[in-house]
Amino acid sequence: MNKVADNRAWLLVLPVMLIVAFSALLPVMTVVNYSIQDTFGNNQFFWNGVGWYQDLLDPSSELGGRFFSALGRNFIFSAIILSIEVPLGVVVALAMPRQGIGVAATLVVMALPLLVPWNVVGTIWQIFARGDIGLLGAAVNALGINYNYTSEPIAAWITVIVMDVWHWTSLVALLCYAGLKSIPDAYYQAARIDGASRWAIFSKIQLPKMRRVLLIAVLLRFMDSFMIYTEPFVVTGGGPGNSTTFLSIDVVKFALGQLDLGKAAAISLVYYLIILLVCWAFYTVMTNVDAERRA
Amino acid sequence: MARITLDGIAHAYAGPAGGKKDYALKPLHHVWEAGMAYALLGPSGCGKTTLLNIISGLVIPSEGRLLFDTRDVTRLPTEQRNIAQVFQFPVIYDTMTVAENLAFPLKNRRLPKDVIAARVAEIAAMLDLTRDLNRRARGLTADAKQKISLGRGLVRSDVSAVLFDEPLTVIDPALKWELRSKLKAIHRSLDLLMIYVTHDQVEALTFADRVVVMKDGQVLQVGTPLELFERPAHTFVGYFVGSPGMNLLPARLAVDRALVDGQEIRLDAAYPGIPQNAQVQLGVRPDHVTVTQPGSGLKAKVERIDDLGRVRLARLRLGADLLVATVPVDFAVPEGEVGLRFAPGRVHVYVDERRVEGAAT
Repeated sequence: MNKVADNRAWLLVLPVMLIVAFSALLPVMTVVNYSIQDTFGNNQFFWNGVGWYQDLLDPSSELGGRFFSALGRNFIFSAIILSIEVPLGVVVALAMPRQGIGVAATLVVMALPLLVPWNVVGTIWQIFARGDIGLLGAAVNALGINYNYTSEPIAAWITVIVMDVWHWTSLVALLCYAGLKSIPDAYYQAARIDGASRWAIFSKIQLPKMRRVLLIAVLLRFMDSFMIYTEPFVVTGGGPGNSTTFLSIDVVKFALGQLDLGKAAAISLVYYLIILLVCWAFYTVMTNVDAERRA
Repeated sequence: MARITLDGIAHAYAGPAGGKKDYALKPLHHVWEAGMAYALLGPSGCGKTTLLNIISGLVIPSEGRLLFDTRDVTRLPTEQRNIAQVFQFPVIYDTMTVAENLAFPLKNRRLPKDVIAARVAEIAAMLDLTRDLNRRARGLTADAKQKISLGRGLVRSDVSAVLFDEPLTVIDPALKWELRSKLKAIHRSLDLLMIYVTHDQVEALTFADRVVVMKDGQVLQVGTPLELFERPAHTFVGYFVGSPGMNLLPARLAVDRALVDGQEIRLDAAYPGIPQNAQVQLGVRPDHVTVTQPGSGLKAKVERIDDLGRVRLARLRLGADLLVATVPVDFAVPEGEVGLRFAPGRVHVYVDERRVEGAAT
């Protein structure tokens, strides 16, 4: 094939390059810029080199301590979220009706939580779970269980997790539902002829056919839960103490609370690299799965 | 091993909601004898697959009873019917190896391991899958996948029947012949009742001991391939079986004579008492029409000769009607006008599309 060299083609790419430059590259570069400087206000900056990064990666320093404990909370949170929402989403998808008038109604109801703005979700749960006036909080307290998410870390975690499960399980369920719908009837008929048990139908037909959408679901839920900010910020503000302070919340505390732009910028970049790394790992796994399918 | 009886089986997909029903399958009585190979032949949408699915239990009929020997299984779920079915498109279990796929129906029925292994090896050998036994089923070609599906259908030795729903659709033509004769051989060696759905007459006629011809949810004729060819009970059977199909000529009957386009044909039998307003047709296979020199027999015109290599087909015009005759390779067909003769005893009379047996004269 002859390669055609025509520099006018750059003109076609230029608008995209400009948009990407202004929306992504330049902001990232300002963050990089901040992360190697220190400021005491008045728009005066001092060169700090890789100092913030050294602190950041040293758990014994104040900055490193906060970074690693918040990062740890992020991983624990994502692990809990995935281990609840993925199996639950699969179960819900299996239980959803495949035909009839129930389908549309179910889909609408399932999609509702996904359509609520995130800080509204936070506000709903902030009130809903309040021990004094919230329907859920008051009911739990009335049962004799002491539950107050503003003073007990466990209660705060449970609130944030239940809220996320309420908010996002639908997404996993809808993705799995789409995967299930793509299985031809003949597979189920053949399974009945072969005398397959319910479990065998699930593990030998449904689960393998859902593999791809499940990978996407896991990826999306990991990304979102790992970057979570709005809902816990509205409900707990990171407390009580620092018990629900995730990395994103801590970054905002550094940047806006303490005006430590350098520290916040360094955390942001490392945070970003971790997410990028996980993304890449997922992408590799997914393309391998595809290649294996085609082989 | 069982005989399967359809006792007034009928099915309408909309369900039996009052008024005139839209039958996918019209009420049907039929007995499938044990150990026989049947083909269900008919055009797409004639209810073949519905009938098959009723037998296997994937569809519960809206009317009638289904008996396996003397046991009423009409409402039994598929799993309890002891039946195997192979579908049109390959169904394989992606994550399993070929051997595991073949063993799956047996494993689900908790057969001993050594019995399963022996049976899988036997079936794999029959279907030429031995080399692939330990491969993942996912990566195989469509042909191989369909062979696995066939294998899963044949692997259980104790089934009442094996049902095939156009199983060779996705198979490459050369392999089709091979698999079809293999199925025939397997049928002989296993002595199972097999029912094979197809819309391909060659497939039906080569595979089956008995062919069931269906159209519009109705069984038109059940017979051996020879019977279908020599005495089609319905004009559709005559037309659908045989290539090209039977010639059908509108006619008027006068006891033992037929009038076709103003020309008289003597019949070998008498057909008294045929209603005046009935639609009468004469049916004669192209093989039984002889083209002769003009001046003898019926007067017809040659429109065209199709040379198919092995045979030649003469397209003829008889008054307003068109018909086809096979012509021997060494016979020079005259241009224009020719004479026609129908072989004695090979002309069938159809009244309202159904064949009527004549009385000896």
